[in-house]
Amino acid sequence: MTDQSIDTRDSDVARNQWWDVWDQFKTHKGAVMGAGFFIFIVLAVYVGPYIWSIDPTYIDVRARNQGPTWAHPFGTDQLGRDMLARMMAGGQTSISVGLTAMALALFLGTLVGVLAGYFKRIDGLLMRLTDLFLALPLLPLLLVMVMLFRQPLSSSFGPETGIFILIVTAIGITSWMPTARIVRGDVLALKEREFVLAARSIGTRPGRMILRHVLPNVMSPIMVSATLGIATAIITESALSFLGLGFPPDFPTWGRLLFDATDFMQQHPERVMWPGLAISLTVLSVNYMGDGLRDALDPRIRGL
Amino acid sequence: MLTYTFRRLLTAIPTLILISLIIFLLLDLAPGDPTASLPLTIPPEVREQIRQSLGMGEPVHIRYLLWLKQMIWSEPLFYLSESIGWIDAPDEARLISWQTRAPVLDTVFERLPQTLMVVGLAYVVGVLIALPIGIISAYKQYSVFDQAGTFVSMIGFSIPPFFSGVLMIILFTVMMPKDSFWWFPSIYDTTLVIDSWEAFGKQVRQMVLPVMVLALQTTAQISRFMRASMLDNLNQDYVRTARAKGMTESVVVLKHVLRNSMIPVVTVIALGIPAIFGGAIITEQIFKVNGIGQLLIVSIQGSDVPMVQTLTFIFAVLIVFFNLIADILYGILDPRIRYD
Repeated sequence: MTDQSIDTRDSDVARNQWWDVWDQFKTHKGAVMGAGFFIFIVLAVYVGPYIWSIDPTYIDVRARNQGPTWAHPFGTDQLGRDMLARMMAGGQTSISVGLTAMALALFLGTLVGVLAGYFKRIDGLLMRLTDLFLALPLLPLLLVMVMLFRQPLSSSFGPETGIFILIVTAIGITSWMPTARIVRGDVLALKEREFVLAARSIGTRPGRMILRHVLPNVMSPIMVSATLGIATAIITESALSFLGLGFPPDFPTWGRLLFDATDFMQQHPERVMWPGLAISLTVLSVNYMGDGLRDALDPRIRGL
Repeated sequence: MLTYTFRRLLTAIPTLILISLIIFLLLDLAPGDPTASLPLTIPPEVREQIRQSLGMGEPVHIRYLLWLKQMIWSEPLFYLSESIGWIDAPDEARLISWQTRAPVLDTVFERLPQTLMVVGLAYVVGVLIALPIGIISAYKQYSVFDQAGTFVSMIGFSIPPFFSGVLMIILFTVMMPKDSFWWFPSIYDTTLVIDSWEAFGKQVRQMVLPVMVLALQTTAQISRFMRASMLDNLNQDYVRTARAKGMTESVVVLKHVLRNSMIPVVTVIALGIPAIFGGAIITEQIFKVNGIGQLLIVSIQGSDVPMVQTLTFIFAVLIVFFNLIADILYGILDPRIRYD
């Protein structure tokens, strides 16, 4: 796709617009590096355990508190568990929570945004609801929600799935508001366009109109807020785990590993670095990716 | 403007009441029992009496209304009568914490100075660093300074406070030799009484790390806003006119452009204040500052429902209040904005 350069684009009718987006995305060096690193992290935490097959919960008391060696590249913790394996297991949870919570927040935000923008009657009500959610103190409420529903959910779904559902839902329903506002603004502008009028004049029903004409055109702000949503969700989950209100102790996430490592900060400062760096670099790469995506999806910049 | 302010104040009240209802109902589901921490030798009927005396026997809506009345009427009246003296204190029971059996608001007011000192100072420091960075990186767009500023603020966005805090502790407490000037304590000592210059120096030193962590976050956000706002204004016609009239570059940038660019930034600064209180929950936990954030965590862990309700409500009041301030400031500072 690289040899179809910008000069030949006008004559190339069959060319998909996503190739243009990709061409623009490639020019943003930070974004390409961010995307590369994010893919690397995702592969490392999901495929890595098949290659590095040490059980993250295997306790080897004789090998505890070791520094980096060939047997344990990231060292071992106070119970002799392999840090590399624990980092992979923790990353799986952190990234799964990030992706799922982002998907939930995007779904809610897009739903509210499209409904508010498209149907004038419920616009006022939905936007007041959004304002109300924006005025809620989110971190305290998240903590309260985790405290309240931890017990009932872990008893009905098992400790791991229960907490996973709880944290994903809690993050999802407290972070949909920015997406809803952006989508509503775009839908309001789209509604005045001629192609929507044309579609309506041939009798398109609202449901089909939204799915076929409105949603594809608000994809770019949704995709940008998706990348930013992953970053916020990962940070929020780690913050909850760090405060001791996230996943249970024997179930590692990056935030939990960081929290556990702070007790041994004096003796083994490197153990804090791995999860901290993993969280920060993942969030940084996702943010750069979002930056590049925003430029690439903006047709005013892309045309240049 | 006055009518608008008044109208905004009026709409803030139902918002707050609705938020307080949400908070109350959410916490009402809490499994916590106020008598759970009492000795097991207390017979069940006495236990029931204690529960009744704490108001647990009433239905939800009665308890909500009572709590609301306490929060917005009798508690402020109590403090008013204590400070002025010539109003009788209301003869109602105070809002009592389940954990400490002390009035909730007394505990909150005990904790508030620590939070305000650390968080408030951090915010001021963050803003003071952010503004020049934003101005210079906009004026020298795409220069090395601008690139570095963008990178640093990207890092500030990406490193969560619980990692930057721990990193600071490792750098300045664990790895630094203890007699070095750059060694800073990682634990905030609240019992320190400032009665000499030495104690003052100690206080400053123990505030350095938490303030740095919080200020990094603030700087990252505000400097980006400042840069964007300056860039918007630098290309305007009035800037060219000012230069054409022969004004010096410093007058053009610092008087004409800066004043206009400050309008959105000031509102962003106002909007950020409640958010920094939220971020302080984590920072206080790391540096063991016993402020309101730490109080909230302890109360949540001990399912101290009245305390959590009150603290969450205070956070909500802060958010609504500063939203209001930001809106009004925007209207006052920018003559083009007319709400009426």
